[in-house]
Amino acid sequence: MLNIGGLNEGIVMDHIHAGGAMEIYNYLQLEKLDCSVAIIKNARSNKMGRKDIIKIDGPIDLDFDMLAVLDPNITIDVIKDGVIMEKRKLNMPEHVTNIIRCKNPRCITSIEQELPHRFKLTNRLKGVYRCEYCEQSFRQNK
Amino acid sequence: MKHLISPQDLSVAELEAVLTLAEEIAAAPDRFSDCCRGKKIATLFYEPSTRTRLSFEAAMLNLGGSVLGFSSADSSSAAKGESVADTIRVVSSYADICAMRHPKEGAPYVASLHSSIPIINAGDGGHNHPTQTLTDLLTIKSLKGRLSHLTIGCCGDLKFGRTVHSLINAMSRYEGIRFVFISPEELRIPTYLREETLDANQIEYKEVRTLEEVMPSLDILYMTRVQKERFFNEEDYIRLKDSFILNNEKMKYAKPDMLVLHPLPRVNEIATEVDEDPRAVYFKQAQLGVYVRMALIMTLLGAERPNGN
Repeated sequence: MLNIGGLNEGIVMDHIHAGGAMEIYNYLQLEKLDCSVAIIKNARSNKMGRKDIIKIDGPIDLDFDMLAVLDPNITIDVIKDGVIMEKRKLNMPEHVTNIIRCKNPRCITSIEQELPHRFKLTNRLKGVYRCEYCEQSFRQNK
Repeated sequence: MKHLISPQDLSVAELEAVLTLAEEIAAAPDRFSDCCRGKKIATLFYEPSTRTRLSFEAAMLNLGGSVLGFSSADSSSAAKGESVADTIRVVSSYADICAMRHPKEGAPYVASLHSSIPIINAGDGGHNHPTQTLTDLLTIKSLKGRLSHLTIGCCGDLKFGRTVHSLINAMSRYEGIRFVFISPEELRIPTYLREETLDANQIEYKEVRTLEEVMPSLDILYMTRVQKERFFNEEDYIRLKDSFILNNEKMKYAKPDMLVLHPLPRVNEIATEVDEDPRAVYFKQAQLGVYVRMALIMTLLGAERPNGN
């Protein structure tokens, strides 16, 4: 296992599906942080085969559950004073607004720019979110 | 405020009430000619659709009401860039009920969020067309006498055909329904419908590639058009298209009381020779479409039945 220096205070986002780290990075706008951010791509994993990891070396305040919309398998380790204070599993929210965007070119949101992009969870087991306007699915890991 | 955006917006009981009222109207349409006197329907059609618009307008006129509206986006404020939300806020103060067709999926839903009058989705892109589904259900109920314990064949373009998707969703709520899907490999019903509707409700279904092999088992045959542009190449289209064309030869294998439905317009997927067969009910279906829209308008407006009922 590749080792990136341990954190003193910060968070580790683990079990991101391989290749998914940049999407999370962009969604959280991590480029705006002053602290160190490490992206580990294609790390070996017993459970997943390959996975991505993001380590943030500094405190960050986030509604982590929203990450479940992008990837429900992500786990969050909150680190303080060099030890894992909390291991968090994400809960998929029932409704999300302006977290993901509908990509259906036939959806009303494609021509009415001011409409909020609203999705509802329609299959918790498979993590399927559907646009509330056109019902097109936004499926994870695709 | 009750709207009809998706066929599932009506519970089975509400649907039953609309269909029962539609059957009463079909039995004596003239008795209902004053039920909506003084009421106006706005038909906001952002794309042309002659039959659906005329059907809504005929329905309101039959009820003694009047109609206003537009029949293409070019002749509406949408051409100036007005949003659906703003249009419906204004139209709400001109009319009592609105039927909206829009090329973009979800537009009538957006309208319903901002409207003070009932909105009926008259077709939004490839998404929903609930009054077509009501028409299909009324046709089946009034000609078969039931909506349960039926084997329904759906033939043609099952991938993009919104009328088929809505019919599957609507019929899956009834007992003893079996589906047979007849389509080319390229135009099979979408996975999400199999998973979220059929499998989730434990509906029995099978998928086949030719009409002949299943004709004897069907109570209802719902035909749709196989469009040439859906195929990757012309050879596949030419090879497959005849398998999905209904003619008298194929009708020989059908039950004597099987019904052939089609949402229309028909192009060449049903040979005109079939029109004379009493089991071909697609033109009757169009007539019932007016009655079911009358029943829907009355229901959403809370209009009273005529005296004596």
